[in-house]
Amino acid sequence: MPKTRLNTALRLASACVLGLSLANPAHAGEVEVLHWWTAGGEAKSAAVLADMLKARGHSWKDFAVAGGGGESAMTVLKTRAVAGTPPAAAQIKGLDIQEWAKLGFLTNLDSVAAAEQWDTLLPGVITQVMKYQGHYVAVPVNVHRVNWLWINPKALAKAGASVPTNWTEFVAAAEKLQAAGIIPLAHGGQPWQDATVFEAIALEVLGIDDYRKAFVMHDSATLKGPKMVEALTRFAQVRQFIDKNSAGRDWNLATGMLLRGEAGMQIMGDWAKGEITAAGMVPGKDILCVATPGTAGSFTFNIDSFAFFKLNSDDDQTAQRALASTILTPEFQEVFNLNKGSIPARLDSDMSKFDSCAQDSMATFKSANAEGKLVPSWSHGLATTSQVQGALYDVLTKFFNDKNADPVATADLMARAVRSAQ
Amino acid sequence: MLLAHPQTASRPWRWSLSLERALPKLVLAPSLLLALVCIYGYMAWTGYISFTSSSFLPNYEFTGAGQYLRLLENDRWLVACKNLALFGVLFIGISLLLGVFIAILLDQQIRAEGALRTIYLYPMAISFIVTGTAWKWILNPSLGLEKLAHDLGWSSFTFDWLTNPDKAIYTLIIAAVWQSSGFVMAMFLAGLRGIDASIIKAAQLDGASKPRIYLRIVLPCLRPVFFSAIMVLSHIAIKSFDLVTALTAGGPGYSTDLPALFMYAHAFTRGQIGLGAASAMMMLAGVLAILVPYLYSELRGKRHA
Repeated sequence: MPKTRLNTALRLASACVLGLSLANPAHAGEVEVLHWWTAGGEAKSAAVLADMLKARGHSWKDFAVAGGGGESAMTVLKTRAVAGTPPAAAQIKGLDIQEWAKLGFLTNLDSVAAAEQWDTLLPGVITQVMKYQGHYVAVPVNVHRVNWLWINPKALAKAGASVPTNWTEFVAAAEKLQAAGIIPLAHGGQPWQDATVFEAIALEVLGIDDYRKAFVMHDSATLKGPKMVEALTRFAQVRQFIDKNSAGRDWNLATGMLLRGEAGMQIMGDWAKGEITAAGMVPGKDILCVATPGTAGSFTFNIDSFAFFKLNSDDDQTAQRALASTILTPEFQEVFNLNKGSIPARLDSDMSKFDSCAQDSMATFKSANAEGKLVPSWSHGLATTSQVQGALYDVLTKFFNDKNADPVATADLMARAVRSAQ
Repeated sequence: MLLAHPQTASRPWRWSLSLERALPKLVLAPSLLLALVCIYGYMAWTGYISFTSSSFLPNYEFTGAGQYLRLLENDRWLVACKNLALFGVLFIGISLLLGVFIAILLDQQIRAEGALRTIYLYPMAISFIVTGTAWKWILNPSLGLEKLAHDLGWSSFTFDWLTNPDKAIYTLIIAAVWQSSGFVMAMFLAGLRGIDASIIKAAQLDGASKPRIYLRIVLPCLRPVFFSAIMVLSHIAIKSFDLVTALTAGGPGYSTDLPALFMYAHAFTRGQIGLGAASAMMMLAGVLAILVPYLYSELRGKRHA
């Protein structure tokens, strides 16, 4: 009974909001945007988006829910959606977009998409993530490349090591760094960071096709196959290249170790650039960015996006469409991605203001797109549902933290965990 | 008064009488309703959800015991249960021992007892999040105790339990005991003060030594306090979530996962509400397994008394 009462209360509240917005001059709709860009450059980007929307005559209602990775935001969003008062747009990414769309919560953005020709602006792999049954339900804000290896050149020079391009060279460089008293790999022992490192290793060993088979199609034979065992064996080798205090460390603290030269390398997505520039260093010069061993030319992508919910008021729907088109304007894409360290989702973006790592990232993005070497990052929710992702996290983080774990048994466990989570 | 003049009791009087009788029920009704719906109602709802295929949002598609079977196959759940058993037993045991010991020491008519009592009780005033964060720094090998020992010149000293998957669960116990033993002490101190001094005097006259008096006379008298302390501590153990989140976040790997953490992760971040509900029901079953025998013995004891 309190639930229905809550419902009525929420409806009343939303009716009040509606009444207020109707009292405003004609066609000024309001968009409420759920996001967790609450700190630093991200918060600045959100403010820019709000200003651009206001310039188009609509009002922006900020619905920021802080809390790493948006876990708390998702909980709030579910409550609002079930109560029938979802925000206009929410930061939802990857396969979760499909889940929300399947439940019938998302609106159709095809009219904006057709008018602005999103199909030609965005590469197919991205539109695939943004569409549900062929209709646009979400808009991308950026593209992150996950398979980056960040290198402190001074540390490398001190150890007499060279930039590794494959696994053998990586091990050689790591051993030289270790001999010089430098931690070879800066790492934080959190499940998603373990998965990020493993994903990079697996991409080299499995190759594009088997990577897709294992992590996108969840093919059991590939998941427990000999290549996966080899990837796990290499992953186990990484244990000796990280420091023993890594457990629970946040990724940005690990990046800090790299910047100070305490560690020589780090495997992390390009959001690490935020830390590099904040320390007054230049990405690509003071800290080198290269593809993770053996994955040059391949691109593991992680896309942040906004999904758009069904709204009742016409004015608000107009405002919602204005927001969708604002997000994809070259101006916003540029400002946002300069702040965030990622690259714009539009293929026609002007990259002149970006640093060399981002320019490199864009070039690889385009070539990988043409050559079919663009793969979704499963460790960041672009290839699998959160259930499968979580099941893989559990298996891998257990493996990585258990010195006696057996790669063959673990590969088998991965296949079983994925099957039971589906 | 009413009894004295039954014949003069007019209608308004009877009205007020029935109102007087109904008032407690009326006043209690909203809270009873709230408790029924918000506690038992949602408990039943969670129970129902645990038998459905609910994933991302709740749905009502009945799937039988499937979620429970998946739960029992899940290694992380088994680790969480083992951890809870270990954590519960050691945490309750050590807190009790330490609490009783400090209480007995404080009971020796010492100077500045009030100040000492406050110092020992103080950790209870801190939230588990703060305790967890502080101990995370203290136990971190590159930041806390180990570094301190190294800086002082004891370079062979290692204390890396926090980053060792086999030992990390014990760091939780250290922090939880630090937080709760003062509270146990306060409970026992109150109990000790309630014991009739003449019994102890009589024992002293009979020539009993101090340890013997405490072991044979005082502590057996405190049986009800033991029960209350165990109830409160097992509560803290079963629902502990904030401490783990702040101290280890379930890591390294998932070696310090606890059922509450497992439930939250699956129900709210991994879109497996059905599995989360099943684990919540298992936790409820665990609580009942402790609570029902206790209530039974308490109620039976009262009937006999």
